Amino acid sequence: MKIMPCPLNGPRNISEFACGGEVEHLPPPDCDHAAWIDYVYLENNTAGVVREWWYHTPTAYWFVAERDTRTDEILRTWPAGEFLAEFGEGR
Amino acid sequence: MPFALLKHGLTRHRSVPDVFPEPGELKDSYDIVIVGGGGHGLATAYYLAVDHGITDVAVLERGYIGGGNTGRNTAIIRSNYLTPEGVKFYDESIRLYKDLSNDFDMNILYSERGHYTLAHTDSAIRTMRWRAEVNKHFGIESELVMRDDLMKMVPQLDYSEDVRYPILGALYHAPGAIARHDAVAWGYGAGAARRGVHIHQNTEVTGFEITGANGHAGRVTAVKTSRGTIRAGKVLQAVAGMSGHVAAMAGFRLPLKTVPLQACVSQPLKPFLDAIVVSGSLHVYVSQSSRGELVMGGSTDPYGVYMTRSTLDFKEGLMMHLLEMLPFISEVKLLRQWAGMTDMTPDFAPIMGETPVDNYYIDAGWGTWGFKATPVCGKENARMLATGEVGDLIQPFALQRYHDFNLVGEKGAASVGH
Ligand SMILES: Cc1cc2nc3c(=O)[nH]c(=O)nc-3n(C[C@H](O)[C@H](O)[C@H](O)COP(=O)(O)OP(=O)(O)OC[C@H]3O[C@@H](n4cnc5c(N)ncnc54)[C@H](O)[C@@H]3O)c2cc1C
Repeated sequence: MKIMPCPLNGPRNISEFACGGEVEHLPPPDCDHAAWIDYVYLENNTAGVVREWWYHTPTAYWFVAERDTRTDEILRTWPAGEFLAEFGEGR
Repeated sequence: MPFALLKHGLTRHRSVPDVFPEPGELKDSYDIVIVGGGGHGLATAYYLAVDHGITDVAVLERGYIGGGNTGRNTAIIRSNYLTPEGVKFYDESIRLYKDLSNDFDMNILYSERGHYTLAHTDSAIRTMRWRAEVNKHFGIESELVMRDDLMKMVPQLDYSEDVRYPILGALYHAPGAIARHDAVAWGYGAGAARRGVHIHQNTEVTGFEITGANGHAGRVTAVKTSRGTIRAGKVLQAVAGMSGHVAAMAGFRLPLKTVPLQACVSQPLKPFLDAIVVSGSLHVYVSQSSRGELVMGGSTDPYGVYMTRSTLDFKEGLMMHLLEMLPFISEVKLLRQWAGMTDMTPDFAPIMGETPVDNYYIDAGWGTWGFKATPVCGKENARMLATGEVGDLIQPFALQRYHDFNLVGEKGAASVGH
């Protein structure tokens, strides 16, 4: 089993989680069409280290995980609040 | 026949047919460079040569031909999709598939089995009815069959009512077929190579030379590879799971995620299952190959990685559900499990045609459903590269559709069904 170290629930089977995609900037409401398309559809689809939103389904808990998409290793996790305090709204 | 086999077995020097003449060194320049030697790239090269007489073409493959998803898929071919765009497009592919063994003079073991998508809920029955009507409108054999008839057509399944998902009916698609996927790659590759196309294996594309403002609205002039740089008149990328990576080299981003799709086969059994059976609710599909193996798969992995590793999670989930459909196979052993990296689009439809770079074209977003499209993609890509004209069949799949909020919602017919 692949284990996800959840900041709230500790190590749990990864099948209990859903991946919410890479952490991205929400464009301002008055952004142009291209910036909106970019945000809604386009993906970095990174082969390497990414920071993503993850969700623990049974406890309805969102957090951020850093993992390597080339090796399937989870490197680090943060509670959402800590992540945003450290990196702001950015990546 | 057994004696001939025995004789060959005892002969020391068997002649192995030379299917792929090795092209040797890369030339300095090619009119058309195709990145990716999977079925789609090779079919494009084949139809460039056969339909348009264009042979100054190089196919660049970083591994060996057909080693990507073309050699990893479960080979289901069907056209009972949901959108009119999808139905017309995949139906043309089936038409081409039926002649391929003749065209290649090589047996691709195209075998029509009948394809059944099971419905376990009222809402699934509704979707099946919808699909059947869209399909029939375009002249495709497709109909909803209810439980009583289905029990006679596919008697192998467990029709008990005390299971998690009792079977209520199915969408039946008589032309649903399977074929030998390697033969499709080899047939197209050999046919193209015989006509003068250069197929360079072990040649990875590492970048492009592009003129014009920061890659956008520019032109590609050369392709950089692990074996040197070559000039190119036009370029097509057809690299499935690596689509995002290669498009980034050409300077643009794509609306797709690379996610593994796994599959497995059982030990060979005597023929007992003629039909191809799919269940979206149970996340499984199964068919029996001409070698007797049960070929089984389900939905994509729950999250993306750039790997082709197999997981226990997948195997456990798949078997649990498969045993609900076919309880009597519980003692059967698994022989192999594997994965491919699929390029998943948000609307479960492909991305074909023009890109922000002038003479650079794309064939991507094939996700879990692109094997059946191999012939029609080759044909349409070749036409586009030869004439510059984007055909009606592929127009709806343009990358531009995301910009126009004009998606082709195919999820209802493509997610587990492939
Ligand atoms: C387990 C599984 C089951 C499936 N089942 C079905 C099914 O039942 N029916 C169906 O229709 N579809 C199915 N599919 C989907 C189907 O296999 C693919 O959509 C289709 O084979 C894509 O063909 P392709 O030629 O575009 O890609 P591929 O065959 O993957 O070829 C792409 C090639 O590009 C090469 N490449 C990548 N990067 C570079 C580079 N930088 N330079 C040079 N070469 C490069 C790769 O090595 C690869 O050989 C399945 C897929 C999987 C993984």
